[in-house]
Amino acid sequence: MSSTMSYWISTSARSCIATLQGGRRLYSRCVSKRNLSIWRRLSWASSPLQNSSPCGTFTLQKVYRHTSTEEEDFHLQLSPEQVNEVLRAGESAHKILDLDSRVPNSVLRFESNQLAANSPVEDRRGVAACLQTSGLMFGVFDGHGGHACAQAVSERLFYYVAVSLMSHQTLEQMEGAMENMKPMLPILQWLKHPGDSVYKDITSVHLEHLRVYWQELLDLHMEMGLSIEEALMYSFQRLDSDISLEVQAPLEDEATKNLSLQVAFSGATACMAHVNGVHLHVANAGDCRAILGVQGDNGMWSCLPLTHDHNAWNEAELSRLKREHPETEDRTIVIDDRLLGVLMPCRAFGDVQLKWSKELQRSVLERGFDTEALNIYQFTPSHYYTPPYLTAKPEITYHRLRPQDKFLVLASDGLWDMLGNEDVVRLVVGYLSEAGRHKPDLAQRPTKLGLMQSLLLQRKASGLYAADQNAATHLIRHAIGSNEYGEMEPERLAAMLTLPEDLARMYRDDITVTVVYFNSEIIDAYYRGD
Amino acid sequence: MSRLVTDVMFHQFLSIIRRQRSSPRWQNWSLARSSASAAKAHSVTLPAQAQVVICGGGIMGTSVAYHLSKMGWKDIVLLEQGRLAAGSTRFCAGILSTARHLTIEQKMADYSNKLYQQLEQETGIQTGYVRTGSVFLAQTQDRLISLKRVNSRLNVIGIPSEIISPKKVAELHPFLNMHDLVGAMHVPEDAVVSSADVALALASAASQNGVQIYDRTSVLHVMVKKGQVTGVETDKGQIECQYFVNCAGQWAYELGLSNEEPVSIPLHACEHFYLLTRPLETPLQNNTPTIVDPDGRIYIRNWQGGILSGGFEKNPKPIFTEGKNQLEIQNLQEDWDHFEPLLSSLLRRMPELETLEIMKLVNCPETFTPDMRCIMGESPVVRGYFVLAGMNSAGLSFGGGAGKYLAEWIIHGYPSENVWELDLKRFGALQSSRTFLRHRVMEVMPLIYDLKVPRWDFQTGRQLRTSPLYDRLDAQGARWMEKHGFERPKYFVPPDKDLLSLEQSKTFYKPDWFDIVESEVKCCKEAVCVIDMSSFTKFEITSTGGQALEVLQFLFSNDLDVPVGHIVHTGMLNEAGGYENDCSIARLSKRSFFMISPTDQQVHCWAWLRNHMPEDSNLVLEDVTWKYTALNLIGPRAVDVLSELSYAPMTPDHFPTLFCKEMSVGYANGIRVMSMTHTGEPGFMLYIPIEYALHVYNEVMNVGQKYGIRNAGYYALRSLRIEKFFAFWGQDLNTLTTPLECGRESRVKLEKGLDFMGRDALLLQKQNGVYKRFTMFILEDHDTDLDLWPWWGEPIYRNGQYVGQTTSSAYSYSLERHVCLGFVHNFSEDTGEEQVVTADFINRGEYEIDIAGCRFQAKAKLYPIASLFTHKRRKEDVELSDLHGK
Repeated sequence: MSSTMSYWISTSARSCIATLQGGRRLYSRCVSKRNLSIWRRLSWASSPLQNSSPCGTFTLQKVYRHTSTEEEDFHLQLSPEQVNEVLRAGESAHKILDLDSRVPNSVLRFESNQLAANSPVEDRRGVAACLQTSGLMFGVFDGHGGHACAQAVSERLFYYVAVSLMSHQTLEQMEGAMENMKPMLPILQWLKHPGDSVYKDITSVHLEHLRVYWQELLDLHMEMGLSIEEALMYSFQRLDSDISLEVQAPLEDEATKNLSLQVAFSGATACMAHVNGVHLHVANAGDCRAILGVQGDNGMWSCLPLTHDHNAWNEAELSRLKREHPETEDRTIVIDDRLLGVLMPCRAFGDVQLKWSKELQRSVLERGFDTEALNIYQFTPSHYYTPPYLTAKPEITYHRLRPQDKFLVLASDGLWDMLGNEDVVRLVVGYLSEAGRHKPDLAQRPTKLGLMQSLLLQRKASGLYAADQNAATHLIRHAIGSNEYGEMEPERLAAMLTLPEDLARMYRDDITVTVVYFNSEIIDAYYRGD
Repeated sequence: MSRLVTDVMFHQFLSIIRRQRSSPRWQNWSLARSSASAAKAHSVTLPAQAQVVICGGGIMGTSVAYHLSKMGWKDIVLLEQGRLAAGSTRFCAGILSTARHLTIEQKMADYSNKLYQQLEQETGIQTGYVRTGSVFLAQTQDRLISLKRVNSRLNVIGIPSEIISPKKVAELHPFLNMHDLVGAMHVPEDAVVSSADVALALASAASQNGVQIYDRTSVLHVMVKKGQVTGVETDKGQIECQYFVNCAGQWAYELGLSNEEPVSIPLHACEHFYLLTRPLETPLQNNTPTIVDPDGRIYIRNWQGGILSGGFEKNPKPIFTEGKNQLEIQNLQEDWDHFEPLLSSLLRRMPELETLEIMKLVNCPETFTPDMRCIMGESPVVRGYFVLAGMNSAGLSFGGGAGKYLAEWIIHGYPSENVWELDLKRFGALQSSRTFLRHRVMEVMPLIYDLKVPRWDFQTGRQLRTSPLYDRLDAQGARWMEKHGFERPKYFVPPDKDLLSLEQSKTFYKPDWFDIVESEVKCCKEAVCVIDMSSFTKFEITSTGGQALEVLQFLFSNDLDVPVGHIVHTGMLNEAGGYENDCSIARLSKRSFFMISPTDQQVHCWAWLRNHMPEDSNLVLEDVTWKYTALNLIGPRAVDVLSELSYAPMTPDHFPTLFCKEMSVGYANGIRVMSMTHTGEPGFMLYIPIEYALHVYNEVMNVGQKYGIRNAGYYALRSLRIEKFFAFWGQDLNTLTTPLECGRESRVKLEKGLDFMGRDALLLQKQNGVYKRFTMFILEDHDTDLDLWPWWGEPIYRNGQYVGQTTSSAYSYSLERHVCLGFVHNFSEDTGEEQVVTADFINRGEYEIDIAGCRFQAKAKLYPIASLFTHKRRKEDVELSDLHGK
């Protein structure tokens, strides 16, 4: 079965161009300004000199540690209130209501936050409920070389997954609706943060491609839809191939054309979780990470990683790369801990510079794009012999939720660069015990007013009291505000937040965190019901 | 199990409360529960019917019950969901303070003070009443001005108070740091009292008067039939009743919404913290004055030898937004970190307290309203549904007086004082969004101790109702104020002009917009200005036959049987002849009338008309406020602009004053043009169907360019109408003022032989003479640049004797003087009783206006004024004293 499926994926990807050319196209003319305005250079694409030098911007990721001499450079101090304001700007939180009472929801609520280092931010996040099948999806997308690809993936990936999971009958209804120009069944319900960049409800081009995908699914005549593993696997790869093919297909509309070029020539790693009852699936491509916070019977907390980072420190990835390319390239495929010396993650969406042949890149770029204005240059890394070097094929983990699994943390590498898995679990647990009561930890409460005041002032100065109403904010606060010993330093936090735009990226990366809390009672009931 | 609370039980309750208070753990309720369950033997079934059902056994409910029963109503049931005096009343800090900003609030607090003082004697229940006095500290000159204003108003209503020096403050309180003070106000008769005991004493007295009190009985909802209360559904059964009083405190909002026809009671709770300490080494005297340090945001009173100190912080924590919520009730715990600024403030004020031992930090939610004034009165949608709630942390101070006024209201149909500022009907459904309330109370709570300066606008909950021109005007520099949710332009800041930031612009002196408004006023006088006045309440009354005229003739005091196209200024009077509304009515056709009233009349006037109009399907009353955008074209060139836009002659021969005609303006047809401006200046009001608003505005501005047209705002309008002595309902006029008292006899059809509401009262008044007269004062020796500006509420002195208070004031740019309006009384020198005020009495006096303790000479003018302006205008006679400013 699965071998026929992979064959089908590759053949359908090839047939895609033909379908595109033949199909009736409805190009959207409405492209948000954001996507057009700023195309940040891929640092490795625009300045090849940096490839050989270890001090390119990417390597700085690991050198964020803040030293005292630098602190003096930032005179602008933020008050604790202002710090909180900055930190909380990206907060969002939702309680998951039992919309569908047939299946009690194992997700209690989620809390999410995002802090930008790039301007504009290159991380994206998404949370949506599948409306035609059951389940909630959470995603974190870390863009590089601009935000276009991350934006596109965050907008589109969940649709592919949702469609893959649909039963044959539902797909037929969808197709019927499209054919007869009737209103379509709703596919997703997004749970957005008001500040998140607009998730366009699928534009018509994207819808066309999605339709092609489900038409092919229909042709498979599978009664029940794909399994979740298959759905995730194919959705990732299908979306990546669509992104790659869209830019090759002749598009008439200038705006759409430029956008798809930007999407294809930038990249994004993605990590998403699908939760349905006790079934948790995590699909990961790149260096975002998902971990579970587990509370054992003895009350002790531990951490269960659900993904592996796909980068040069991952032995399995190294051997995969070596296996996929001729032996002669063994020494050149990873240089300075980077794929071909340029890219940190070794799986990602987009980044066609590492997927297409040189000829294809040239021919596409020569097709009259205003590449200068878009700031896209053809760039071929050295030792570029047997593309593709990069894949969006995800690694999929299945975990059957147990009552002791309390929460899931999905975050971009911006967080994991600063905090270890155990730190993250510890902080969320700390946050939970503080937030529940918001009671000052004044166990040995001073009995005199004066002593109480000085204690309170100390607590205020150290920002210790749980100002955070959101675990994601709490994590971000500690990620950028903790010193080498894991202690909170308010001055450091304020300094990190006042960094000028152009410097911020040198000290910290975009950070996106989503914390999903599970409802242990429901999970417990599920087992007892079994 | 509900219980009839008997006399014996009050003493039980009392002992519970006492025990609690003396027990080191303030919130220890286990004792209370056990003794309460011992009383189960008393449980009885609820009566099947009663005249009045009161919901809420806190200080408000018991006070209403007390006063109703005192006034002779006996068939009253009071229901309390938990135990008596167990809500906010139990946790109340127990400070009774008469230093309030509104005169009506001062009177309520003063009455409460006197009531509580004698309550122990009356009922035999100890209330812990101790006359301590209170001291209000000023850290800044502005605060001192604010205190001086309150001080001069307290004195004239007979509450002793004085402004004292910091040195004197130190003498009044043992360990007060006074080095950063500039002065203070001492109110010696203020008191502290145990509010729970007061509530129990009131309940006990009421119960002796026949009121039946049931605790542990929850009201589920109120039953309504045909817009009238018919009964109450409780968890213990139904009670039929005529009147229902909602005194449910912070749950009043929920209870109001639980009705089938929801009653909107806009209030919202915030957490409120105060600190209790153990006694000092030498316990503090129980008559140590209460200290209020508004700049430090705290109050401090003596409490069992120690202190009780709380405050109103800048960052309040709203609570119960989603309604009553067990989780949040349990979470009501001490939050020391949140309290830190207040604690620091306390220790700055009293550094010696550092070594004082903490007993507890109490968290007791308090209820706040959108305008920081309490809510009382009858619901506009359900007759017989009364409300008394939303005390903004002053429940104890207001309890007695508010209960009295509400009892009068229920029994007589109106209270003995003007309470419009507190009337539930000042709000409508539009203020009852949970989001709005949550945001607004976060601004209101800090405002309790913020400096209250003239012309303060709320910053939260804005941009709710706007005219279609809002963005247009905003782009041209409009600064906005809000009335009844509607955004109205104050003035327009020219592009090259910078104004002070919000916080810095707070002043009791000349404001930064003075020159801006001056140029707008000048333009109104010399050229033409356009003011967006869309917020006015607009009703249409139509009928198939003559019913509309018939009804209106009865409800309004002026003769409305005028030719079609005429506009009549008229009052809508109550039986006593007082203004319930002051409006302009245009007769559109034989059978339909267009009525324009002040913005905040939308709910009140609607309810009044509904209640007084006969049930007649041929008579249609419609609120068309939202249908029209109103532009006021003021100025001598308005006529040119309009005639150019309509190709119609607009001269007085064709378009006399106070005339209304539907015509086309620009391309738009069906614009109601009225020759009046609400200011006494020449010009027109345009009532424009909203879809034409932008078009007409653009056309007016385009054509007006060559006549020097510009935008203007309400501040200019206000200056214009006050210098023309135009009274304004809600500020100058209220339900206790009659047309005769403000010289508007010509607007009353007394001679026509037609009956109308209030006619008998007016006839009697005409015969006997009036006891107060609306008078205009022109300040003589007042320096606009250097002296404090008048606002409203300044005492008026005649020959050195107090005779009344101002109701509004403005700077007149043409007289180059301040003008104040206000009522002059004639208090007998011997008895203090009110005597008839004749024109002669007014004219023969020497007047002074007291602004924050400083007296300024003033020249008094009676209505109608004739020769203030040397160049007399054509319209003046006709349109003088229109309603304005609405």
